[in-house]
Amino acid sequence: MYRYDDFDRQLVEERTAQFREQVQRRLAGDITEEQFRPLRLMNGVYLQLHAYMLRVAIPYGTLRADQLRALGGIARKYDKGYGHFTTRQNIQYNWPKLDEIPDALLDLSKVEMHAIQTSGNCIRNTTTDQYAGAAADEIEDPRPYCELIRQWSTFHPEFTYLPRKFKIAVTGSPNDRAAVKVHDIGLRMHHNEAGETGFEVVVGGGLGRTPFVGKTVRDFIGKNDLFSYLEAILRVYNRFGRRDNKYKARIKILVHEEGIEKIRDLVEEEWAQIKDGSLRVSDEEIAQYVEQFAPPAFEDLSDDSPELALHKAEHRRFANWVQSNVIAHKQPGYAIANVSLKPIGGIPGDATDVQMELVADLSEKYSFGDVRVTHEQNLVLPHVKKADLFALWSELDAAGLGTGNLGYVTDIIACPGLDYCALATARSIPLSQRISERFGDMDRQHDIGELKIKISGCINACGHHHVGHIGILGLDKRGKEFYQITLGGDASENAAIGKIAGAGFSEAEVVDAIESLVTKYIDTRDPGERFIDTYRRVGMDPFKEVLYGDR
Amino acid sequence: MAIVKNDTVIEQEWITVDAEGDLPASDENLIVPLARFKEQREDLIGRNGGLGVLLNPGDAPEDLADDLDRLSIITVNFPAYTDGRGYSYGRVLRERMGFKGELRAVGDVLRDQLLYMHRCGFDSYDLNVDGETALTKVRAALKEMSVYYQPTGDGRATAASLRERRANATGKAF
Repeated sequence: MYRYDDFDRQLVEERTAQFREQVQRRLAGDITEEQFRPLRLMNGVYLQLHAYMLRVAIPYGTLRADQLRALGGIARKYDKGYGHFTTRQNIQYNWPKLDEIPDALLDLSKVEMHAIQTSGNCIRNTTTDQYAGAAADEIEDPRPYCELIRQWSTFHPEFTYLPRKFKIAVTGSPNDRAAVKVHDIGLRMHHNEAGETGFEVVVGGGLGRTPFVGKTVRDFIGKNDLFSYLEAILRVYNRFGRRDNKYKARIKILVHEEGIEKIRDLVEEEWAQIKDGSLRVSDEEIAQYVEQFAPPAFEDLSDDSPELALHKAEHRRFANWVQSNVIAHKQPGYAIANVSLKPIGGIPGDATDVQMELVADLSEKYSFGDVRVTHEQNLVLPHVKKADLFALWSELDAAGLGTGNLGYVTDIIACPGLDYCALATARSIPLSQRISERFGDMDRQHDIGELKIKISGCINACGHHHVGHIGILGLDKRGKEFYQITLGGDASENAAIGKIAGAGFSEAEVVDAIESLVTKYIDTRDPGERFIDTYRRVGMDPFKEVLYGDR
Repeated sequence: MAIVKNDTVIEQEWITVDAEGDLPASDENLIVPLARFKEQREDLIGRNGGLGVLLNPGDAPEDLADDLDRLSIITVNFPAYTDGRGYSYGRVLRERMGFKGELRAVGDVLRDQLLYMHRCGFDSYDLNVDGETALTKVRAALKEMSVYYQPTGDGRATAASLRERRANATGKAF
């Protein structure tokens, strides 16, 4: 895993000192909240409904054990003993005190972490496949490129005051687990006809009030040219993106209004002028970054584990957990273990200080001290020996972290909603808890199979409802919360925006409505079909009928 | 109002004219909005005084390609600090078009953006404060950070180039 060198360390330390001085100016009354706002936002400090919120960057969702332990420590020392993992592989703390935030940032800097560019109209944290470096289906580990993007985008002098925020996601696998098609830029690694590895470049994807699946601006860009190409896209966006209306300022609107051909022409014209410049990265430099993410010292193992087979036969709950939460690893004898942060009836993505410290300890014991955060708000131990899975699960389960529901109906993405967020129009968390409880029975969940429910508490779509197989959008109608249901969304390589089923449901009705959709799916599915497959086969109408009947 | 350039507070020696109206005497130093420059180019380049152009957001610095050596100064307007188009104009003018004259940031020019402006090729800053305060702000802002990841035309060494230099000296990567 990447370790800071003295340059990275110095940059973060200087930034931490700079923000401490800015907070002091604010607390002394030298600057107004108005003047302080852009400064705090550049450092991940939001003002929410009840308190300040601190969003800490987890670059490409990769954490070392000592970093996760420090995140737990910050939850205890500066917050109420928990943190919330977000859909952008970051973590948020909901209750820090402003005068203590500089100290929290200092603690973070000691483990090579920060809150830089987790807010503001700049290039945000780059996200990627949570199974990078471990997945059996991967072409190459995308993280060396993510780290290079992190550096290129950190305090980029030209792109810190863009028309709007800008999010980049990268996948190194044909099976897209990073939702790259719904990002401002999505990069998908693949081979060109000459057999070289590079990236397809997708632009203009996004959720929010106007969702779009991104469009391919270039089918293949070589690794050495990636950074000049990104710079060309960003320059075109910075110069020509709309600034007259913040709701029309994302690059997706520029792509939509101008057309992908025009954008492609502008980007290619810009790129032609900078491609041979100093942003071209040499093979040697790339090799150094690849080396930083070299695989850990795997043992030479047989892929079959008799211990695993035995434990599965003896423990049904464990066997279910393996079925749902354990993913194939590229190294024989190893597996990828997902740690669900979606206990039945719990708050999606929340983890306590003690849980974070436990997962940190377990990662050292079983996974080379490597932990990942997923955009679906779970954690991952990416390199676990199959023979160790039972011991790992037993310790997780004792701490409430052994739920076997990955990808199932209770593995819900939910934004913080009206419980925390100043923008929300409805609550998300209590609804996700009620749905989770309704479908809590494990046998039933396994029977239903993969079903992605995603809940947003307002039109800004932080809960990704547009790409939920079932999406739920919470709105406010004359002071009452109501929930609009969308069907058929998909964040994968087959990305699609869900369609609105019809009129919204009251808070009291909505869980029954979801259940009726699930029942309809069970009654309609062909063998082996997931919810999304059945929906694609039969369309909206049968589902609409169970929701609305003759209405 | 005070203008800081090269670590010094300098005098305002330019008159910025509006899009329309009479031009001042021929020997005055004039800064003209790009649109007017394009309209009255022949008249303007025939004057005796110095000539500069003001770029507003949405303008294309490329329109000045044939005239850069006639211009002593280009001012770039940041109507609000959140409008970052001027950063791209700065880099295009300096790094692509090779503009060597004074590049001045005007408008909502605040301390916390000065370093980014400098990195994008600006060398003077028109701040809405007195001279001493302006100089203090510029000095503090330009030395607040000392590590840079992006290669721009400002001549600062990037972390990558320093790493390479060190690797060559020690024979050790990272």
